Amino acid sequence: MDLRYKADPPNIFEMTAISPTRPRRRLSLRQQDARTAWLLVIPSLVVILGVALWPIIYTFILSFYHAPTGINQVRTFVGLGNFIEMVKDQTFWETIGRTMYFTVASVGLEMVLGMAIAQLIHFHPWGWKFLRFCLIIPWAVPTIVNGAMWRWIYSADFGALNSLFMQLGLIKHYIPWLTLPNLAMPLVILADVWHMMPFVALILQAALATLPIELDEAAAVDGANAFQRFWQIRLPLLRPAILVALIARTVDAFRVFDIVYILTSSGPANKTLTITYLTYLNSFPWGKQGIGAALSFLISIFTISMALIFIRFLYRPEETQ
Amino acid sequence: MMVYLKLLRKLLLFLFTLPVFFFIFFPVLWLFSASLSTQVELFAIPPHWIPQHPTLQNYLDIIFPSLATSSVPRTYAVALINSIKIASAVTVISIGIGSLAAYALVRIPFRFNRTIQLGIIATRMIPEVSLILPLFIIASSLRLINKPIVLIVTYMSFALPYAIWMMAAFFQTVPIELEDAARIDGCTRPGILFRVVLPISVPGLVSTAMFTFLLAWDEFFYALIFTSTLAAKTAPVAIAEFVGRYAVNINGMMAGGIIAALPPVILALIFQRYIVSGMTAGAVKG
Amino acid sequence: MHTLNRIALMAVAIVLVISIVGCGPQKPAGPVTIHILTMDQAGLKPAEIDQIARDFEAQNPDIKVVMEYVGYDYVHDKIVTGMAATPPAYDAAMIDVIWPDEFIKAGYLLDVTDRVTSEMKSGMFPASWNGVARNGRIYGMPWLMDVKYFMYNKDILQQAGITEPPKTWEELVDQAKIIKQKGLVEFPIIWSWNQKEGVVCDFTVLLFGNGGAFLDANGKPAFNNEKGVQLLTWMKQTLDDGLSNPSSVSSDEGAVETDFLAGKSAFAVNWLFQYSDSNDATKSQIVGQAAFAPMPVFEDGAAAGIKGSSVDGSSSFAIMATTPYPDQTWKFLTYLASNEVQIKYSAEMLPIWQNDFQGDALANLLAATPTNPVTVPAFLAQFPYANERPTVSYYNEASAALQLAIQEALTGVKTPQQALDEAAAKWVELAGE
Repeated sequence: MDLRYKADPPNIFEMTAISPTRPRRRLSLRQQDARTAWLLVIPSLVVILGVALWPIIYTFILSFYHAPTGINQVRTFVGLGNFIEMVKDQTFWETIGRTMYFTVASVGLEMVLGMAIAQLIHFHPWGWKFLRFCLIIPWAVPTIVNGAMWRWIYSADFGALNSLFMQLGLIKHYIPWLTLPNLAMPLVILADVWHMMPFVALILQAALATLPIELDEAAAVDGANAFQRFWQIRLPLLRPAILVALIARTVDAFRVFDIVYILTSSGPANKTLTITYLTYLNSFPWGKQGIGAALSFLISIFTISMALIFIRFLYRPEETQ
Repeated sequence: MMVYLKLLRKLLLFLFTLPVFFFIFFPVLWLFSASLSTQVELFAIPPHWIPQHPTLQNYLDIIFPSLATSSVPRTYAVALINSIKIASAVTVISIGIGSLAAYALVRIPFRFNRTIQLGIIATRMIPEVSLILPLFIIASSLRLINKPIVLIVTYMSFALPYAIWMMAAFFQTVPIELEDAARIDGCTRPGILFRVVLPISVPGLVSTAMFTFLLAWDEFFYALIFTSTLAAKTAPVAIAEFVGRYAVNINGMMAGGIIAALPPVILALIFQRYIVSGMTAGAVKG
Repeated sequence: MHTLNRIALMAVAIVLVISIVGCGPQKPAGPVTIHILTMDQAGLKPAEIDQIARDFEAQNPDIKVVMEYVGYDYVHDKIVTGMAATPPAYDAAMIDVIWPDEFIKAGYLLDVTDRVTSEMKSGMFPASWNGVARNGRIYGMPWLMDVKYFMYNKDILQQAGITEPPKTWEELVDQAKIIKQKGLVEFPIIWSWNQKEGVVCDFTVLLFGNGGAFLDANGKPAFNNEKGVQLLTWMKQTLDDGLSNPSSVSSDEGAVETDFLAGKSAFAVNWLFQYSDSNDATKSQIVGQAAFAPMPVFEDGAAAGIKGSSVDGSSSFAIMATTPYPDQTWKFLTYLASNEVQIKYSAEMLPIWQNDFQGDALANLLAATPTNPVTVPAFLAQFPYANERPTVSYYNEASAALQLAIQEALTGVKTPQQALDEAAAKWVELAGE
């Protein structure tokens, strides 16, 4: 905040007076602007920092301690000990790898499907309003129900998937889907894509809706075909929305927990164990809060890095003046 | 000939929408079918796509609590109302204060602008499970456990950063010329925000509101740990209660799931037209 | 400034919204209020426990009882977070038989050895104290006794021409082969082998039935000796032979029940709830067909003198160490465990007092529900053989390692020996921490 204001403390009554001829201090437009900016930003800052700041600091500090759960437990400072222990653990790296696999596949599918569906809606085929309305449904079903529902669809003896494939003649025997080590993660990915793809579709569709129609028409007149219009005209303009959807989904997919907890409990044989699940296991059932905190930080480092990478490559700031 | 081609195009597009509908609805119809079945029917082999003995009992147990034998359905309606209250409060406040911050961060140059942007996003990077314990300690010492306010405030701390960031992206797509024109006409910065940018960004705001609402709606772990009784219990926690120690009341859970999906869907229906109205606004050039 | 007006107005609106929506009911001052956390649907229904609480309050007007019900999966987490606060969120909580060591080390449980009367100690089933007694000290009150039972489908066995249920697991395999050959069911046996505690419960049943043990006399892991490897190989073999349902690897106890109750399996190992559900027509397609048999053992185990084997899955109530109201809480727990309450609800949950299973009391107990004449003798026959899982403070993480090992062996990712050795190494590492 600009220190020049300190010399002239604000007069609340003056400032809130509705009279149109109240005296104005002589501030440059830029300074006035900056002050407005602070006023606009402060309520949000207060909420976010007020709630999250201390817990984040607490967790950060805890990650440097050996901190077993308990009332009379002694916490010993171990410096980077927790981080080193994690980095030396094979399970940690396998889990990071698995989580990356989940994230890339899940987000990739969601972005592609979401874009396709958003574009489809944008073309206004018959029933497009109904389609857009129905998109909300998978997203509105709470994750708990989503997990239970997919668990049951994948059920070996009673599941709809087996029944459907059997009737379509694709399989001869019912398959115990969730017990197959290499298939388990794709199944979780499918459940997550079904649930979250609407989010991407709706963001992109809203962004498409605000694009000026003239650009598209002008390009058509200039002889650009449909694909060129999409790739060279619409896509770049959608960049901010794509960036938001991409980062939001990537960060959330990397930290996925709920759906794995309900659908597979990290099985079979840890094949669906994700990094947040590992963090949960350490912090709660296994009572190792120092490690849990260290893992949280490692996760944050990963997600921040990913977000920064996306921003680096995709962010083209608009003019702000 | 042109008309014929146009019709063909429409037909082709429609054909593309069919698989999308199937993908969306196949699980949902199954969900719906389960909610109308009894447990024994659910596990019939081969599965009955349409229940042969459909029953509304699962829904009745939830909607008319006095008929229920188990306490779980009885409490569900209350939990649902809690969810609605909490998610609405989170959404309204987040959009309210978040839109202000979002605009300031993308359009107004000031010191620490970049820092604040990064800081806001960074707070969202930590997995929520990690923050539960310290938050619980704070909430407990403030005697806020099991009150809706604690969930509202906690959810805002994760919903706000996203809401701000999403709205910022939408604000960025508003042509800068419109703002410049307003400035020339003598508008103050706040004036630009409220009179030019916000009205045009309605589709974006509505999308953000939907996202925020669903974020709060879907949240489970915090609701589980921070609430104990119906005073503040939310729908996902109530649904989790359909999971008994060993056996899951799947039919009840599916019925509960359908009912839980209704409020967001109804809200989407109501606010759909605001997304539509934005389309024409975007075409206006200054 | 205009902006400031708007912002101030918005702030006031927000505060109003928050105070209207946010604040819950204020707690009245007056009598002492104790908070008890318990598992949903464990023994008695919440409505019944609430009734007990109301009856208690009527007798003790200065104590108010607030019960909280959550699913089993979440109780542990709620206890841990609850205990992080001061005063603790709960004065007492229901604890699973595998948690006392961890909680005692964490300082969560109140030592109530001096409050327990000798009448309680001798009157209740000795094995029911396993969930709360360590090193001669007692940390809670027994509540719900449960073991895993061996159940079979009478009709299927009859159709296969089998007259007696199997006494050994080897016999089970033979019978299962006959049933499968005759085409009566595709997979005669169903287990709860998914990556949760359930698989360790099943493993416990089988391990002790083979004459094995988790830890040897020095406290070192023994489950990876030839007995453990043998039985894990046996488990995998039944899957490969198509005798055990392949979906066992992703099934929990609920899924086992579903399968059994749909008539898709002939044999199922499960907790008591499966039997009463099997006679519920809204859930079961095999009403009247389920029966108990003593849990089989392995031939090697029988030769070594093992007569029976099961796993203890009981729950108890424990008082939290930092509660401001230990006396009132103990009073309530005593009431819960009292003979009068136990007898009143014996239709839902077996009483913990031994003399309720003798003489006239037994007759009353048997008459209390249509299923008791079957379940009570089954309980009396099986409970004495309930084995405990290792009573170590790092049990949760140790169990997770064992779950992983079993799953890896069953899915063929590793050989049984390899998997169990790695789990054993992990146990040693955990013991050292």
